[in-house]
Amino acid sequence: MDDLAIIIPAYNEAGRVASTIDGIRKFTDADIFVVSDGSTDNTVNEASEAGAKVIELPFNLGYGAALQTGFKYVLKKGYRFAVQMDADGQHDPSAIQSLIKPVYDGETDVAVGSRFLGGGDYKAPFIRRAGIFFFAVIASVFSGKKVTDPTSGFQALNRKVMELYASNAYPADYPDADVIIMLHRSGIAFKEVPVPMKRSVGKVSMHGGLKPIYYIFKMLLSILVTLLRSREEGRI
Amino acid sequence: MTFHQRIFALSLGIGIFIVILEMVRRRRLDEDDSFLWIITGLGIVVLVLWQDLLQWLTNLTGAKAQTTTIFIFGIVIVILINLYSSVKITKMNRQVKELAQQVALLKVNEK
Repeated sequence: MDDLAIIIPAYNEAGRVASTIDGIRKFTDADIFVVSDGSTDNTVNEASEAGAKVIELPFNLGYGAALQTGFKYVLKKGYRFAVQMDADGQHDPSAIQSLIKPVYDGETDVAVGSRFLGGGDYKAPFIRRAGIFFFAVIASVFSGKKVTDPTSGFQALNRKVMELYASNAYPADYPDADVIIMLHRSGIAFKEVPVPMKRSVGKVSMHGGLKPIYYIFKMLLSILVTLLRSREEGRI
Repeated sequence: MTFHQRIFALSLGIGIFIVILEMVRRRRLDEDDSFLWIITGLGIVVLVLWQDLLQWLTNLTGAKAQTTTIFIFGIVIVILINLYSSVKITKMNRQVKELAQQVALLKVNEK
C-alpha cells in the first residue's frame, strides 16, 4: 500500500520501538514513520535500524505535537491515509487492517480503535478507567454518538482529518474528548472500531503524580472552549 | 491623602518611571513591552497630583480612602501586564513548536 503511512510518536522508547515496528511489518508493508519527540536514549537508532523513517524533533514538544509533526510530513509527501499508533507496543498491529478498512471504503473519515468494545482483555487501573469513562460520556453527549474510548491513540484517518490534525486546532499535549467533539463539530465522520490493547510494559504512565488533577481541569476547559468556538472555525 | 502619603506615592511613581525608562534605554526591555509599565509609573504620578480625578475615582469605586484607589490602580495594571505576558508566552510557545516541527521536517528531507 503506497498511500498508507503509519505514524508512531516516540519519546524515549528504546527497547520497545524496534519490536513495535517488527510487529507492524507482519501485518502491513505500509511506510512507517517514527517521530522521536526529543528522545535522549537510543530510540532514533533503533527505529531507523528496524526500517522506519525517523523524524527527529530537536526537543520534547509533547505527544500531540509529535504526532502532528508526523501528519504534517505525510501530508506533504502526499499519503492519502494514515494510521497513528503508540511506540510502546500497547496497540496490537493485527488490528491495523480492521481499523483502516472503514476509512479506505469511505465509510468514515476517521476510525478510532476502542479497547472497550470487546476486542481484547484490557485491564486498566480503576482510576484510569473512571477517567476515560467520564470523558467518554462527555464526548458522547456532545458528539451525539456513543464514544467509549476518547483517549485512544490508535486511529486510522484520511487526508481530510490529517489536515485538521495538522492545524493549530490540534492540542500539543494529549488529544482526548476535546478532539472527538472538534471532529464532530467540523463535520468529520468518525466511528469506533474494537481493537485489542495491552497495558504497556516497563513504562511510566503519561498521567502520573498530581498530573491527573490538572489534566481533568485542562480537559474540561478545553471541551468548554471547543464548544464555545464557532462550528465554522474547525471546518476545513 | 496626607502629605506623607503623597510624597511616598509620588516617589514610587517617579521611581518606577525612571527604572523602566532606563531599562528601555539599555535595551533590556522593548518599547512595546514597557508600555504598560510606563503607564503604571505615570498613572500614579497623575493620580497623586490631580486630586479631583483621584477623588472622583475613589467615589466611583466606593473606596473610603484615596490611597485605596491608587492601590487598586496598581493591582489592575499588574494584572493586565501579567495577562499580556501570558498571551505573549502562548504565542511564543506556538511559534517554538512550529519552528521545531519545521526543523525536524527539513532534517528528514536532507537525509
